[in-house]
Amino acid sequence: MNEVTQKKSNSRSSSPASSLWQDAWKRLFKNKAAVISLFYIIGIILVAIFADVLAPFSYEVQSPENRLAFPNTTYWMGTDILGRDLFSRVIYGTRMSMSVGIIIAFCSLIVGTIYGSLSGYAGGQLDNILMRVVDILYTFPSLLLIILIRVIFGPGLFGIFLALTIVEWVSVSRIVRGQILQVKEMAYVEAARAVGVKHQIIIARHILPNILGPIIVTLTFEIPAAILSESFLSFIGLGLQPPFSSWGSLANDGFQAFKSYPYLIFFPGMAIFLTVLAFNLLGDGLRDALDPKLKNT
Amino acid sequence: MLLFILKRLFISIPVIFILATLTFCIMRVTPGGPFDKDKAIPPEIKANIEAKYHLDKPPFINTPAFHEKKWINILTETQYFYYMKGLARGDLGPSYKYLGRSVTDIIRDSLPVSVELGFYAALLAFLLGVPLGILAAYKHNTWIDNAAMFTAISGITLPSFLVAALLIYIFSIKMGWLPAGLWDGGWEYKVLPTIALGLRPVAIIARLMRTSMLDVIKADYVRTARAKGLNEVWVILKHVVKNSLIPVITISGPLIAGIITGSFVIEHVFAIPGIAKHFILAVTNRDYTLIMGVTLVYAVLLIIANILVDVFYALVDPRIKLS
Repeated sequence: MNEVTQKKSNSRSSSPASSLWQDAWKRLFKNKAAVISLFYIIGIILVAIFADVLAPFSYEVQSPENRLAFPNTTYWMGTDILGRDLFSRVIYGTRMSMSVGIIIAFCSLIVGTIYGSLSGYAGGQLDNILMRVVDILYTFPSLLLIILIRVIFGPGLFGIFLALTIVEWVSVSRIVRGQILQVKEMAYVEAARAVGVKHQIIIARHILPNILGPIIVTLTFEIPAAILSESFLSFIGLGLQPPFSSWGSLANDGFQAFKSYPYLIFFPGMAIFLTVLAFNLLGDGLRDALDPKLKNT
Repeated sequence: MLLFILKRLFISIPVIFILATLTFCIMRVTPGGPFDKDKAIPPEIKANIEAKYHLDKPPFINTPAFHEKKWINILTETQYFYYMKGLARGDLGPSYKYLGRSVTDIIRDSLPVSVELGFYAALLAFLLGVPLGILAAYKHNTWIDNAAMFTAISGITLPSFLVAALLIYIFSIKMGWLPAGLWDGGWEYKVLPTIALGLRPVAIIARLMRTSMLDVIKADYVRTARAKGLNEVWVILKHVVKNSLIPVITISGPLIAGIITGSFVIEHVFAIPGIAKHFILAVTNRDYTLIMGVTLVYAVLLIIANILVDVFYALVDPRIKLS
């Protein structure tokens, strides 16, 4: 039944509301973990947007008399070594971490999709060469690559965005290529080619809309991957530099004193954990919802 | 088999050469030299130091030699040529920041520690991840399965510094059972870093093993084996587990890369005197030779690990021929 609807929506890719997506929504909403994760993510995004309104204190004002206070009713997550409210800093860190995650995920999605489409659609020798490059990048330790790129561009936001994008796009391009290899053999692509549609238009109008599902799923897994990479980088002191602070750099700040004040590393760490977990559960849910045949794989 | 390994090693030589050239270029394009920060040094002494490290020579093409018509010197009197000449003899050059120490020395001191840590973590990943995956698949859709998979997804999503910090807080500070850092000493120093570094690979392997086994367990040959009346344990071990291992071995390459990446954080948290510390310091210090040396060592390690993975692959799956 489901395959039939899928085929129908494939044959008319411009139909306004395809039943495939409605089915997918229904299936997604049956998955409790995915729904909770979705709401959590929406909440976190709102926190990132309204950080100025939500934070009870400024993220930079120091109050030396309240330094290293354990979590209490005034300072929900305690204060750091300079007496800054950790709760407010985590809220502002949300803004940084989420924007890093989302921007990098989108950049690598665009690069990976273009590269993967080219490779998969062209096939042959070009495909071989392009995929060798991807293989080499894939087996190279990502952090090493990131650090090397950072050496060139120095400390700064641009270097981090570029470095993380270079690492993250690789897996996107692999997935997109695999999907295109499947779709390009379909009869409707052949038909489009037969009537003389240009290659770019075949890719953009006929192929990409049909692999949108896997691309969205990939995006859901790319965001937490980027958040984690950025936090590792910031944690070892090679990531964001002050005044920017993300969850990773907060954890790094707290690291110096965490043996006596574990909450300094616990709260930023938990923020990363919960967010990354939510994205992963949502990604799992989306994958199951968009392609029920793949369940349990 | 031996021929295959030799062949692969032989192919890796140009790869390493290209990588060395690339890293060299990256280092030279970057603004700022290793001795720029030391303002205390008078210009004459700085010139001397740079002469000693061949930094007074142009990076790739010696144009003065061109005008003097010393044709060979155009390419040989360059930083690149000196570096490559050293590299061919296994000499990675002097460290620019640790005065009097060569990069080879520094790596010789710190690499074994990192390799040991990585090896323990990989061992833990296979010894714990594989059985966990088997158990979850065998008890599919029971609470054991759910618990194992919940642990696995937590292991994948928990940032390793949080795991490390929690382990230190619980087992070192509250319980006082294990040391909170450092490496040299008895087994008790190895436990916490190994768990912190190994948790993520354990989780990845467990999930993959479970998925793969759920596929294999439905295969016809498994039904045949059971129909023959073979012992259930034997069926699982010989027919199911062996065949399910193939995807696990496939991801070992990226997994090893992941362990190397992870060790940066873990060595930082536990103050382990490994190679990662030098790498991070080298980047902040612009210690060119050390950055290049560590990068090349990592590349060699990865190449060796990938060859081992391929060999192991052929052992488990006779359909794959080493060629």
